[in-house]
Amino acid sequence: MNPWPFIIGAYAVTALGTLGLTLWSWAAMRRAEADAAKLGERP
Amino acid sequence: MHVYANPARFLKIARPLTAWLGWAGAALILLALAYGLFAAPAERLQGESVRILYIHVPAAWLGMAGWTGIAVASLMQLVWRHPLAAVAGRALAVPGAVFAAICLVTGSLWGRPTWGTYWEWDGRMTSMLVMFFLYLGYIALAAAEKEKGAEGRLTAIFGLVGAVNLPIIHYSVTWWNTLHQGQSLSIIRGRSTIDPSMLWPLLGAALGFSLLFGAVVLMRMRAELARNKVEARLKRLAAA
Repeated sequence: MNPWPFIIGAYAVTALGTLGLTLWSWAAMRRAEADAAKLGERP
Repeated sequence: MHVYANPARFLKIARPLTAWLGWAGAALILLALAYGLFAAPAERLQGESVRILYIHVPAAWLGMAGWTGIAVASLMQLVWRHPLAAVAGRALAVPGAVFAAICLVTGSLWGRPTWGTYWEWDGRMTSMLVMFFLYLGYIALAAAEKEKGAEGRLTAIFGLVGAVNLPIIHYSVTWWNTLHQGQSLSIIRGRSTIDPSMLWPLLGAALGFSLLFGAVVLMRMRAELARNKVEARLKRLAAA
């Protein structure tokens, strides 16, 4: 059995999962910190 | 540890650390996986499929490390009422669940060309699947408790009880006759039966994914602390 489709599939799942998790967490952090900073500026 | 219980002090360290961990982790992952994919040799019995282990093993390690972190945070929350412990526990849950899922999927994809099957209900695979479901339960419970405004004691107890699964996963290959291979690497004992040409990319990938995992946990903690700040401010404004 040719293992390469399984290897490529495994790396694709890992890349999608890791990148998706990192970008989602980063965007959520940026949004939350921007909201907090905006509210802090209000008198 | 109590020194960092103060959110302001924690944020002072977490802000620069997030970027350092993230970039160092990403660079190390790319380097280790490029070596693992294109330069490391094929294994005598597994053949080319061994390359899946450079992502499967770090994912398994982080799936378990995530729950170990949840258990420690839960203990700190319940015993010392550490203000950041509940935040840390919740921040660990989603990354832990993602890596447990990656471990299950990549293990399945490794099993098909190597064992001839995607799945077998043996001790290691079943206990890892149980861990993934425990993560989902923890995430749901934490969200429900937070929505009700509770301090998360029930979630912390669940985090501690769920840690029972950790030694089951670890020793499953010893306790039961299993399809999964036994332990070939022990960092604590400094013992390995893996050839250095495969060991180094594996260790490099494990360290890289661990650094990135740390960065993601810090991002999630910072996001929750910022949301808590906004909530508290809005409540004060509404009361004024």
